[in-house]
Amino acid sequence: MKAGILIFFIKRAVQDIISNRFLNAITIITIGLSILIVSAFSLFFVNINDLLDSWRKGVRIIAYLDPHTGQPAVSDLKKQVLQIEGVSAAHFISKDKALQQLKERLKRQSAIFENLRENPLPDIFEIRLSPSAQEWEKVEIIASQIEALPEVESVEYGQQWIGRITGIFNLLRFTGTAMCGVFFMASVFIVANTIRLLFFSKREEFEIMQLVGATDGFIKAPYYIEGILQGTFGGILGLIALYISYVVVVSNVDQGLASAFIQIRFLPIPIALAIITASIFSGWLGCYLSFKKFLTT
Amino acid sequence: MTDTNPENSIIRLFHVYKRYASHSALIDISLDVARNELLMVTGPSGAGKSTLLKLLYLGESASEGQILIDGINLARINRSRIPFLRRKFGIIFQDYKLIPSKTIYENIALVMEVAGYKSSFIQKKVSSVLRTVAMEDRLNAYPQSLSGGEQQRIAFARAVVGDPQIILADEPTGSLDTDSANIIMSLLKEFHARGTTLIIATHDKSILRKTQGRIVYLNEGRLENKTITIDKKPAITL
Repeated sequence: MKAGILIFFIKRAVQDIISNRFLNAITIITIGLSILIVSAFSLFFVNINDLLDSWRKGVRIIAYLDPHTGQPAVSDLKKQVLQIEGVSAAHFISKDKALQQLKERLKRQSAIFENLRENPLPDIFEIRLSPSAQEWEKVEIIASQIEALPEVESVEYGQQWIGRITGIFNLLRFTGTAMCGVFFMASVFIVANTIRLLFFSKREEFEIMQLVGATDGFIKAPYYIEGILQGTFGGILGLIALYISYVVVVSNVDQGLASAFIQIRFLPIPIALAIITASIFSGWLGCYLSFKKFLTT
Repeated sequence: MTDTNPENSIIRLFHVYKRYASHSALIDISLDVARNELLMVTGPSGAGKSTLLKLLYLGESASEGQILIDGINLARINRSRIPFLRRKFGIIFQDYKLIPSKTIYENIALVMEVAGYKSSFIQKKVSSVLRTVAMEDRLNAYPQSLSGGEQQRIAFARAVVGDPQIILADEPTGSLDTDSANIIMSLLKEFHARGTTLIIATHDKSILRKTQGRIVYLNEGRLENKTITIDKKPAITL
């Protein structure tokens, strides 16, 4: 398409938006609301994903050793543990060292240690996993392999609940994706209906244009541009609304405990661009569907 | 019924029928129109004059028979080529068919815009044709603010601005007073004199009397043997 004719079509599209500004404003606002909901879901998932990732990176397995395990067995055990696929490090902490660490941590409550006749803590191995083994299912397999070793009395992997949260998160992600799909379809439907309303009001104009030799492309092009502009403005509007909400929420959350626990971030640029692209596509698709039903020579 | 030399024909109809669910609008029409000919199609209301014109610019399709426009068989034309076929025509409708939301200038310029002309050329051409119809001072007006005669002059300007090979005028003076009708008819004759093929569908006998050209008579969808070639201002009775 030549630049001149493209400018001509854009001018016609903008003229049409201005002359039907109320209808177009309603469409853009409705698309904006749909995009706000979709992008709010995205923001939630992005941040939950970050949180889960940070938790997953901290995954470690604690292996409690049988109290009768001697020092030579500990060295053998370390070798056996390191041979397990997915284990990156195994750090032995003797029960004496563990007690000492505990006393240091609980200095203010030192009285509770005064009456201890013997060290109640077991020897342990603190086992770190390689990044590729930090998937919940893999952690479970590695833990069961460690637990099967004869010197190991029991294992604990403190983030067992991450698995459960991941499950819930995946369910939410599925539901959220489905809802995003619904809102996307709603945007398409709204654009399609607005443009169809415009078409009905311009039936006669289209007929006359066809009679004077206008091609379908000539008639359709400005409306495709209009749909794309509606999608673009709606997408930008939705993201601006989300950003304002984000700033308000973050400025309040930061003052509380959550700032130490989770760093809430806004949508990364690629995701924001993907949302605007989807919004533009919804505008185009709405127009396409309207024309498919409407225009016949 | 063939009235002209086929080799010089720009329009040819062979045994054309147009049927609707309840009746036949055109029955077995065969007709040739020569380049630069002025043909008047007359007959009573409902005779099929407008339908005949619609078949030429593919406003409707023939139910049976063949129509050739400048060698293009309308029965076989690709849908995407229809707009290009229509650019061969300048059409004047009885109800003007001006776009109410566009100014006079925009209505006329549309014909050239769809053909992809540059805006500077469009501007010159539209101004020139508006001068021809003595409406250059109304280019920013909207159609609804014009009288019937003025609207028909704009419809004429739109029909001729693209320099069409054929002008189709469907009852061009149908709802106009005598003065406005005379203006429109003299404009049509002027363009015909420049070499454009002109087909006028009319039941206005005064037009038939005042206009030199071939007349064909349609009655209940059939071409009747009343075809008369008139010379200068003949007094005819149909």
